Amino acid sequence: MSLSLPHALTVWRRNASLYQRTWKTTLLPNFFEPVFFLTAIGIGVGAYITEMAGVPYIEYLAPGLMCVSAMNGASFEVTFNVFIRMVYEKTYDGVLTTPVNTDDILVGEVLWGLTRSCLYGGGFYVVAILFGLVTLPVGLLAIFIVPLAGLLFASIGIAFTLKMPTIDLFSFYFTLFLTPMFLFAGVFFPIEERFPDWLLPLAEILPLLHPVRLSHMAFSGEWAWIAFWDVGYILVISAALLTWAKHSVRKRLMN
Amino acid sequence: MSNPESHADESASIVVEADKVSKKFGDRIAVDGLDLAVPRGGCLGLLGPNGAGKTTTLQMTYGVSRPTSGAVRVFGIDVAKNTRAVCSRLGVTLQENVLIDTISTRDNLRIFGRYYRLSEAELSQRIEELLDFLELRSHADAPARTLSGGYKRRLSVAMSLINKPELLILDEPTTGLDPAVRHTLWSRIRDLRATGTTVLLTTHYMDEAERLCDRVVIIDQGKAMIEGAPRDLIEQQLAREAVEVDCTEQEELTLFGKLVDDGGNGLKRLRAGNRVMLFTDDSTTLVERIHQADGGARRPFVVRPANLEDVFLSITGTGLREGA
Repeated sequence: MSLSLPHALTVWRRNASLYQRTWKTTLLPNFFEPVFFLTAIGIGVGAYITEMAGVPYIEYLAPGLMCVSAMNGASFEVTFNVFIRMVYEKTYDGVLTTPVNTDDILVGEVLWGLTRSCLYGGGFYVVAILFGLVTLPVGLLAIFIVPLAGLLFASIGIAFTLKMPTIDLFSFYFTLFLTPMFLFAGVFFPIEERFPDWLLPLAEILPLLHPVRLSHMAFSGEWAWIAFWDVGYILVISAALLTWAKHSVRKRLMN
Repeated sequence: MSNPESHADESASIVVEADKVSKKFGDRIAVDGLDLAVPRGGCLGLLGPNGAGKTTTLQMTYGVSRPTSGAVRVFGIDVAKNTRAVCSRLGVTLQENVLIDTISTRDNLRIFGRYYRLSEAELSQRIEELLDFLELRSHADAPARTLSGGYKRRLSVAMSLINKPELLILDEPTTGLDPAVRHTLWSRIRDLRATGTTVLLTTHYMDEAERLCDRVVIIDQGKAMIEGAPRDLIEQQLAREAVEVDCTEQEELTLFGKLVDDGGNGLKRLRAGNRVMLFTDDSTTLVERIHQADGGARRPFVVRPANLEDVFLSITGTGLREGA
C-alpha cells in the first residue's frame, strides 16, 4: 500500500469544500483576534512593559504569537475535527470503500491542517505587517515560518489523535501540552535570559520553541546559524511522527 | 476440452472469489475457512445471526479487513495486494449511512464521487442519472440531515453507485426501512443486475434474500453452514410446506411420538417457544394425523409454504430434531 498524492488531495478537497461554505464566518475572526491582541498589548501591557530583549514589547510578541496562531489552526483541525470524522461521523469508513487508502487519508488531513494553520498564521502575519511590526522587505521571509509551524503541529496532533480512545483526552493535549508551550517557549519572554543554564538544552525539546525562534529571526531579518537546527528539528520530527502515524492510521481504520 | 484460454475466461467470469479465508481477532475467530464464488452478474446473499462474520467477510472483499490466512480475489485481483485497483471498480453501501449532514443530497454525491477522481463534468452527469434512478430528485437540494430514513438510505446506495461499479456490496441494505422503500430498493437492485452488475449482500431478512439472491450462504460462527439457491435449500433441507402447531414439549412427545410410530419417519420439526413447526411435502395427511392423534380435539394450526427463515432457524437457531 502506498501514498497517491492525487487521492490524498481528494481528502483535502472534501474538507476545503465544506470550509468554503462557511469561510466568511470562520476566516474573519482570524483577523479580529490578532488585531485585539496586538492592540491590547500595544496600548495596555506595552505601557508598563516597554521593552523586552531590547525591542518594544509588542514587537517582541508578534513573531511568537504568529506561530501560536499557526499552531492553534493546525491543532484544532487534526485533533477534534479529525477525531469527529474518524469516530463519530465515520467519514473514513466511507472513504476506505473507494480507491483512497489510509496513507492518502493521513496526508490529506495533514495537508488540510497545514492549510488551516496558514489561514490562521497568515492572517496574523498580515495584521502584524499592518501594525508595522515586520521589518520590510527582509521580514517577508517570515511567511514561510507559518507552514513550518503548521506542519510540525499537524504532525504532532494527528499522531496523538490516532492513538486517542476518547475525545475527552484532548483536553490533556491542550492544557498539559499546548498551553505550557504557549507560555514557556519564548513567546512572552526570552527564555535564554530567564531560564537557568542547565534548563536551556532541555528546553530545546519544546516543539514551539523552534518556529518561534525562526520567526524572531525572520521578522527582524537578523538570521543566525541556529536557524538550520530549528528547520532541521521541525522537518525531522514531522517526518518521524508521520512515519509512525502511517502505521497507527492503518491500525485504527483497518483490521 | 480444457485449453488454457477457456480456463482464463472462466476465472474472469468469477467476480468475487474467497479461498479458504480466515480472520482472527486475537483469540476470536470471526471467519473460519470460508470459500465463496460469485459469478459475473450473480447475486450472493450472506445470511447469519449477528456476529456470524458477515460484515468482516464483506470488509475483506473491499480491503478494509485483511485475511489472517487465505485470500480474497475480486475481478481476479488479490484484494490485499492491490486494494486501490479493486476499489475503483466496486461500490459499497455500509450498514450505517455515512453522509455529511450539513450539505445537500447533490453535494454529498459530488464530494463522494471525487474520491474516484471523476471529472466534474462526468460527476454532474452521473449525479443527475442517480437522482432519477433512486428517486431522490425531489430532495436533491435538501440538507442530508433533513432527509427521512428512506431517503438517507437511497442516497447511500446512490453514493455507492457513483463510479458505475461492476460489483455492488450491500451490508444490510434495507434494515429498518418501510415496505415501500424496501420494494423500491429491491427493484433498483434487480435493474442493476439486469445490466450485468454483480451483487454481494448481507441481510437478516429472509424474504429479501429469497427475492434478490440466486444463491445464499448461511454463515454461523464464521463458517459456511450451507450454500445454494434459496428454493433448493428449502426443499433439500426441509420440505415444501410447514405446519405450525401450538403445543407444550410434553404434548409434542405424545403427539408426534405417535406420528413417528405411524410412519412419520424423517419428518423434520423445529421448536420456537411454544410453537412447533413440522416440514412436510404432504400437509393434508399430516393435519389429519394430528387430528386423529389429538382424539378429535380441535387444535389451532397454520399451514404455509416453507421459507428460507425456516432453513435459517433450523441451521443457526433452535436445534432441529429429526423425527424418531
